[in-house]
Amino acid sequence: MELNLPLLSLLIWTPILGGVWVLFVGDRQEETVKVFSLIVSILVFIISVYAYFQFDNTTAQLQFIEFREWIPVFNINYHLGVDGIAFPLILLTTFITILVILSAWEVINYRISQFMAAFLMLEGMMNGVFASVDAILFYFFWEAMLIPMFLIIGIWGGPNRVYATIKFFLYTFLGSVFMLIALLYMYSQAGSFNILDLHQLPLSLETQKLIFIAFFLAFAVKIPMWPVHTWLPDAHVEAPTAGSVILAAIMLKMGGYGFLRFSLPITPDASMALDGFMIALSLIAVVYIGFVALVQTDMKKLIAYSSISHMGFVTLGFFVGFAIFANTESSTGAVMALEGGMMQMISHGFISGALFLCVGVLYDRVHSREISSYGGVANTMPMFAAFMMLFAMANSGLPGTSGFVGEFLVILGGYQASFWIAFLAAMTLILGAAYTLWMYKRVIFGDIANDNVAELKDINSREIFILSILAVVVLLFGVWPAPIFDMMHPTIENLFQHVLQSKVG
Amino acid sequence: MLSQIQLVMPELALLILASFALVLDTYSSSKEKLLTFRFVQATLLIIICLILFTTPDTQSYSFNNHFITDPMSIILKTVICIISLVVFFYSHEYLKQHENVRGEFFVLGLFAVLGMMIMSSAASLLTVYLGLELLSLSLYAMIAMHKESLNASEAAMKYFVLGALASGLLLYGISMLYGATGVLDLQGISIAASSGIDSGMKLIMVFGLVFIVVGIAFKLGAVPFHMWVPDIYEGSPTAVTLFISTAPKIAAFAMTIRLLSDGLQDLLADWQGMLIILSILSMATGNVIAISQTNIKRMLAYSTIAHVGFFLLGIISGTASGYAGSMFYIIVYALMSMGSFGMVILLGKKGVEADRLEDFKGLAKRSPWYAFIMLILMFSMAGIPPLIGFWAKWFVIKEVIAMGFVWLAAVAVVFSVIGAFYYLRIVKLMYFDEPEQMAAIKASRAIRLVLSMNGMAVLILGFIPGALMALCISAIT
Repeated sequence: MELNLPLLSLLIWTPILGGVWVLFVGDRQEETVKVFSLIVSILVFIISVYAYFQFDNTTAQLQFIEFREWIPVFNINYHLGVDGIAFPLILLTTFITILVILSAWEVINYRISQFMAAFLMLEGMMNGVFASVDAILFYFFWEAMLIPMFLIIGIWGGPNRVYATIKFFLYTFLGSVFMLIALLYMYSQAGSFNILDLHQLPLSLETQKLIFIAFFLAFAVKIPMWPVHTWLPDAHVEAPTAGSVILAAIMLKMGGYGFLRFSLPITPDASMALDGFMIALSLIAVVYIGFVALVQTDMKKLIAYSSISHMGFVTLGFFVGFAIFANTESSTGAVMALEGGMMQMISHGFISGALFLCVGVLYDRVHSREISSYGGVANTMPMFAAFMMLFAMANSGLPGTSGFVGEFLVILGGYQASFWIAFLAAMTLILGAAYTLWMYKRVIFGDIANDNVAELKDINSREIFILSILAVVVLLFGVWPAPIFDMMHPTIENLFQHVLQSKVG
Repeated sequence: MLSQIQLVMPELALLILASFALVLDTYSSSKEKLLTFRFVQATLLIIICLILFTTPDTQSYSFNNHFITDPMSIILKTVICIISLVVFFYSHEYLKQHENVRGEFFVLGLFAVLGMMIMSSAASLLTVYLGLELLSLSLYAMIAMHKESLNASEAAMKYFVLGALASGLLLYGISMLYGATGVLDLQGISIAASSGIDSGMKLIMVFGLVFIVVGIAFKLGAVPFHMWVPDIYEGSPTAVTLFISTAPKIAAFAMTIRLLSDGLQDLLADWQGMLIILSILSMATGNVIAISQTNIKRMLAYSTIAHVGFFLLGIISGTASGYAGSMFYIIVYALMSMGSFGMVILLGKKGVEADRLEDFKGLAKRSPWYAFIMLILMFSMAGIPPLIGFWAKWFVIKEVIAMGFVWLAAVAVVFSVIGAFYYLRIVKLMYFDEPEQMAAIKASRAIRLVLSMNGMAVLILGFIPGALMALCISAIT
């Protein structure tokens, strides 16, 4: 059955309008607000699943295109469309949002309507970022997202929330404005903000390098790469659980998405010229940040550093392709590395989200994130311990979980570029296991550490539901990642072919 | 002759009605001066209709090339009247709060509007000066009207002395231009400047240009001619600060375009460099010093200085679309500034000016709706989408990049990030802090409605900025 619905617009505006409505209902009717928010998020997820069944896996072209004039004097258009890179991320967004809203159900007890509204609007804006074909529309959503996130960390966050949220805001804002300059510069050359037009715009190598750096500032801060990652541990530690989940699961992915959508195809020659730099930064993130994670005493901080380390894999996968191509003269290895990076993004969305939810479960009961406040939790919360075991294993990249697939492909690709790249990247398997499992051991095993732990109640049915859905997904994509690869393969293949063509000329 | 009268119809009508309002005021006995207030508001509505329906929208000169009506003047005058209309709503509320409603306040306001309209239509150096002085004198008196207040008297005195100095400098520059070209009308000056005058005359013209730029910078409040702005903003009653920070900025834009573009476009290379320095200094000083302020009126004053720096970016580009960018910027700025000062008025109580930053503490708990409006205004000033302030910055930055000043754009965006900090602090105070008192904000229905519309305009225009952009572009061709 072919319904000609504006699917992408629905994915963007249903949650935003739902959020507005929730704001108007206000805090007097808390139950209504919660139930309505949940219904909206489920509805959006259903729309995205419907879109998934309409999605054509065989083409690299944009799909579900919507086009409307927005600001005709400057040729800015409300132009939406998705391909195999954007669509999996939209599915991830709609999926995670449901869990986030569920996770806040009993936990957030003040200004609940604003909380729900912020998350619903955030969902719409994130979908907007992934669905925009017009660069200014993209930027519009990209920056607008900062407002709800700023409020989420600032209103419902921990003791040091003001510092964390202002740092988060200014850091990402500073990165993004340079991207805006790059976009405006290209507009002055091309007369168009259509990203596909920008892909074709010829640019000299020098210009490309400057544009690449401008994009790098925006995306490297967002993803985040070493050494511009310092906002992330602060933001994660102070944010409420739901905020951390959204931040780790989706907002970080926007940086990666930006590299694929802007940096690589718009400045391919600069990407090739600077790939050593990008690989070096990625490996520093993987190895050095891995060690930093090892010494953390705060669980959320540990997971935050683990996120940075895993994102190092993503950027490694994206930029190692040139070296692979130079060595093997075939694009197979490079495409594999790119797909590995994409897979790592998706899988990290599930795993880090799940780990933050696990920490949230403990925090709600004991109100401490310090590892030393726990010990022997397995005695009082056996069910929870089992779930957390799975996610900890997934985070350290155990085969059979989705965490393994992406890392393995990137390492395999890296090996074709250079032995040392693969060697250093593979360090993560040791380090990741070390910091995750060591944390797990200290928190979960051993004797009951104190009275707080002794009084812990095991997870309730709502928490079981959230964690088991995530567990299913992590295992499913661990053994059967094909649906994701099928979706993105044509697009990534096409992307890499495009990247190989020089734009200097 | 009749057609000349027709071209100045709105100005004439405004003059007559303003004089009549002065007489009417003596018969208005109520404490709130409702009669005068309503008459003044009706006058502005009439003037808006006259501007829109009686003036031809083609470029036409009258009074020996001293007066021009063109699409730009029509749009600017309309905007000035609409903004003044809203400003008077806020002001009336403020004066009622302080039990100090005086009919003359609104009458002087009308004369200020008349001055601004003349500036928008100025086609000669004399008309520019005439309009400017009418505006300035009315403003001095409006500040000084609050005569029991020491701060207000001091502010009025400062404004008068510095304003007179600026006018003197401007006049000096005008005399140079007249000396070099022998004409007063800007068309003639433009022709003289473009027809290859000898280098000695050119030198005199550039010399005069320096003083004209200084005069403009003074009126706009650009660094290093900004000293008066924070003191006047803080010292004046909020009702007047609100007025000074909105409509006169638009008139100052008109003056800038008339003098620099209509008259001296051929000296672009000379004034461009001066404006670049003014712009960078304004953005830097305004944004950095605003961070350390504890008084919101003073903070907004420094924010104005920073916004002037951004506004100048469009002028610097020296193209029609750049001027359109500046026009868009200044209109948007007036809209945001109006709302912010309106908020300060709303928070105030009888005899108390709520002008400390602490007064915003916990506003989200006391009155969520107004906190939300202030949130919109602050994020808009910081230039975050989806609010209209983003498009204003976007427009001028796009124009300087189009003219090849990418480095200037980079400087501008860095300062806009620095500036975001103090706007965020207001949001922090409202949303993250606990209120000092729990009482909800009380205010009359009119101001609540106007403020809500003001805030919603900032939000909604952010989603559909295209029409206003197109209007600004069509105004300058």
